[in-house]
Amino acid sequence: MRIHCPHCGPRGHDEFVHHGDAAPRRPQADAPDAAFHDYVYLRDNPAGPYRELWFHAAGCHSWLVVERDTRTHEIRSVTFARGDA
Amino acid sequence: MSARLPSGGLIDRTRTLRFSFDGRRHEGFAGDTLAAALLADGVRLVGRSFKYHRPRGVLTAGPEEPNALVELRSGARREPNTRATVVELYDGLEAQSQNRWPSLRFDLLALNGLFSPLLGAGFYYKTFMWPSAFWEKVYEPLIRRAAGLGSLSTAPDPDHYEKATAFCDLLVVGSGPAGLMAALVAARSGARVILAEQDCLFGGRCLSERIVLGDGSAHRWVQSVVAELAATPGVRLLPRTTVVGTYDHGAYTAVERVNDHVAAPPPFEPRQRLWRIVAKRAVLAAGALERPLVFGDNDLPGVMLASAVSTYINRYAVRPGERAVLYADNDHAWATVADLRAAGAEIVAIVDPRPDARARAAVVARDAPLLTGVVRRALGGRSLQGVEVVGADGHVHRLDCDLLAMSGGWAPTLHLTSHLGAKPRWDAERSMFLPEQLPPWLLVAGAAGGELTTAAALSTGIRIAEGSLQSLGIAPRGVTPPVAGEEADAWTPLWRAPSGRGKRFIDFQNDVTTADLELAHREGFGASEHAKRYTTLGMATDQGKTSALNGLATLAAFTGKSIGEVGTTTYRPPYTPVAIGALAGHHRGPDFRPTRLTPSHEWAREQGAVFIESGAWLRAQYFPRAGETDWLPPVIREVQAVRSTVGLCDVSTLGKIELKGPDALRFIERLYANGWQTLAVGRARYGVMLREDGRVMDDGTVARLGEQHWFMTTTTANAVAVYQHMQHCHQVLWPELDVQFTSVTEQWAQFAVAGPRSRELLRRILASGEDLSNDAFPYMAAQAVTLTDGLRGRLFRLSFSGELAYEIAVPARHGDAVIRRLAAAGEDLGVVPYGIEALGVMRIEKGHVAGNELTGRTSAQQLGLGRMLSTQKDYIGARLARLPALDDPADTQLVGVRPVDVKTRLMSGAHFLPLAAPTTFEHEQGYVTSVAYSPSLGHWIALGLLKNGRHRHGERLRAVDLLRSQETEVEICEPVFIDPQGARLRG
Repeated sequence: MRIHCPHCGPRGHDEFVHHGDAAPRRPQADAPDAAFHDYVYLRDNPAGPYRELWFHAAGCHSWLVVERDTRTHEIRSVTFARGDA
Repeated sequence: MSARLPSGGLIDRTRTLRFSFDGRRHEGFAGDTLAAALLADGVRLVGRSFKYHRPRGVLTAGPEEPNALVELRSGARREPNTRATVVELYDGLEAQSQNRWPSLRFDLLALNGLFSPLLGAGFYYKTFMWPSAFWEKVYEPLIRRAAGLGSLSTAPDPDHYEKATAFCDLLVVGSGPAGLMAALVAARSGARVILAEQDCLFGGRCLSERIVLGDGSAHRWVQSVVAELAATPGVRLLPRTTVVGTYDHGAYTAVERVNDHVAAPPPFEPRQRLWRIVAKRAVLAAGALERPLVFGDNDLPGVMLASAVSTYINRYAVRPGERAVLYADNDHAWATVADLRAAGAEIVAIVDPRPDARARAAVVARDAPLLTGVVRRALGGRSLQGVEVVGADGHVHRLDCDLLAMSGGWAPTLHLTSHLGAKPRWDAERSMFLPEQLPPWLLVAGAAGGELTTAAALSTGIRIAEGSLQSLGIAPRGVTPPVAGEEADAWTPLWRAPSGRGKRFIDFQNDVTTADLELAHREGFGASEHAKRYTTLGMATDQGKTSALNGLATLAAFTGKSIGEVGTTTYRPPYTPVAIGALAGHHRGPDFRPTRLTPSHEWAREQGAVFIESGAWLRAQYFPRAGETDWLPPVIREVQAVRSTVGLCDVSTLGKIELKGPDALRFIERLYANGWQTLAVGRARYGVMLREDGRVMDDGTVARLGEQHWFMTTTTANAVAVYQHMQHCHQVLWPELDVQFTSVTEQWAQFAVAGPRSRELLRRILASGEDLSNDAFPYMAAQAVTLTDGLRGRLFRLSFSGELAYEIAVPARHGDAVIRRLAAAGEDLGVVPYGIEALGVMRIEKGHVAGNELTGRTSAQQLGLGRMLSTQKDYIGARLARLPALDDPADTQLVGVRPVDVKTRLMSGAHFLPLAAPTTFEHEQGYVTSVAYSPSLGHWIALGLLKNGRHRHGERLRAVDLLRSQETEVEICEPVFIDPQGARLRG
């Protein structure tokens, strides 16, 4: 796979570390225990478009949100995770 | 008997090459393959088959060869299962036939053929079922001896392999007419082009067939095109390079056989090079593979693909037989008749199953009989002597011949289009599987796309390249294809094999016959993927290149489905076998990954250090002196030196991260479980970091060097993971925090100076103004310092050993000089270097947790660090760390362990069991995590994780090590063995 890092340009996927689902948001400190449980343990596993976090470990050290179709590996977008909320 | 023609071919007759096959000496010419040279010397029997040990000859002239597999070279370079049809001849080549015993001509195991009813499809699932204990000891070794391909050299590979990456606009796979045209269009248009050809020569079919292009031979045309390509900037020609895999987003793997055509690679050259090619567009112009026909004993040496016969005649000037029969269901194969005649062979007959071909074939047949019908069976012992033909009228003819050239039409080589999972589509009208669902960056031209004539290959090559370039925004420059003559290409495929005597082979390499497929179908394994597993059809080195289509057609006939409905099995990389060495490249042995050396490595080596791998680092384990032959005496001596005088240890491998910014404190507060608000500038503190699930991730120290300037360390093992975690926290969770940080692990050399006389030693290398008194620089102080020569460094009063101790950090490039200065300055104090063994002993004596306890499964509470968990703030893991399950008394807790009999040794990994209870899993109560011989106490000590251990100090248990068959009675104690009040480190 080739991932177009917005900072470094197109690079081989072996430069990146995969971190899974980009959707979970860390709950506020006063959220119930269940919210933290879900944040830590629950992940979707769709067959289709998926927004996931990748870390450009052998590059610029950016955390990226990669929108990838898990069936075809087609990558629709790559953006910085910073400010993704 | 030489079968070499007096002239012609693309061989260099001025260069005679000597080689041996099964110890017999032969000669060939430069430009030969091993198969061509053997055929030229009249060798027809080249191997024995996998299961039945039947005699086999050369079937093809390419990488699809299923029969002519040989062991090449000798000694450490011996390589089994090389295809003689693609092995380039070199002087001194040694080859051995495989899978025969005691010899190729006389193979005792050919008796297997008599037992073939026992060895049918799925035989190993059925025949050797009972008794089950016999499988491992009797049946499997027996079968492995009888059935199998070549044997490996078990010596280390002496050759060198390398990897390379290349980028281009257009990758062209294959250099036949279509590939050359595509490459030429792209080259003339200024695109970056890579042309990969598996053969040593460019040209594809132009090398094998007598084709006229324009006003000359196709071969001359090839040479002019290749010359132009070679002279065009931006074009990379890769002969001897097989593209073996297609990967996502236009990435390809190719193997370049840089030095397989010589006896051994020259100095400093690799044997093979593994390419990763990243191409914006790729044109697959890999051609097509000819299909064998199925009839009784169709595996006899002398039965050959028609295209192979033409190749041996036209390219290698070898006449594969004297009296030939052509058996084909298509007009294209008639060219082989002309080639045979030109080579001086007699055409015994042309056998064609198509009644409608009779009139057209008459022109080709000339004086040879033309039989409308099918070949029922090949006749002969070790070599073909004749064929039985059943005419359309049912009349059986027996023809004497020593060569049968067969052709069942052509199957596009579409493997690379299916590696991403797309299934090829069956085109019933054209009787071929064609590429389907191609990604926009992968295109197909020529025969690979079903365009079988030269004229169509030329024009599709141009058209596809032009389209590709346009889609990249590159204006294509016009190329006019040479005029190609008319080619006969009518084809009515013959799928059904005639019934009759003899084995009708579908897969030559795996000895799979129509009977095996029938059995598979009868037993419910008729789906293509099932049949493959049940019969081994299409497995091993050729991966069904000559057998897949016949197998599917046979299954289709049994199931009453169409070939398209049966469908192909899945195509996976690699297209042809790849040496493991090529995949590994440089990454083998000690070079498996880069080795990181500490700044004091050279000095430590001079001190006689024994090194040990610690992650990617090489660290000094201990420093034996003369006479110290075992590891324990130097470790004891080093510990005693630190506890009595002073020692030096390189701790640069700790992860080091520098943080700055107005929100650095806030960031650190959220990162660590304990509090930092009260940490003053110039002070350091121990910190524990959790994962969000509440378990301990890592520990280390954080020093506050300025109001907004912090410096933290991680454990050696977790340095990369912690840094990545911090980036995640900052970029993903809290991008609003104004903090910057970077890893400085490589930038600083850091040395522990530990022991009662460490202060005295440091004073000798620090500038006179530096005050190291306990008041000015107390325990946990952290400050910038100046050395006597003006070098700036940092000094931390940290102690892992429990003694008065410091860590001094200097820029890494000064590390070697500073460790030498420390050693020299402390000589009269008795300073010793100590390694990570002594470091480990002292941390166990002090009860500090390390990797053996920080397993990722332990909570802070279990490790006795529960009091550190702040309740005043939010931090990573704060919430789930408070779950009762993480502080459950039924769970294990950190304890100290000492043997009741102080002479006994403790074993790491031993399990705790009550004194009286039996040694069973349900009585297991925890285990020993770290052990050390404590020189200070004079006996072995350990740390362990014990259920409810904090409340069991003083209790006696058994520590049972079932792996080493050892049991020790132990007493549980406080996990601190030395100076529990910490008086020494504050002294």
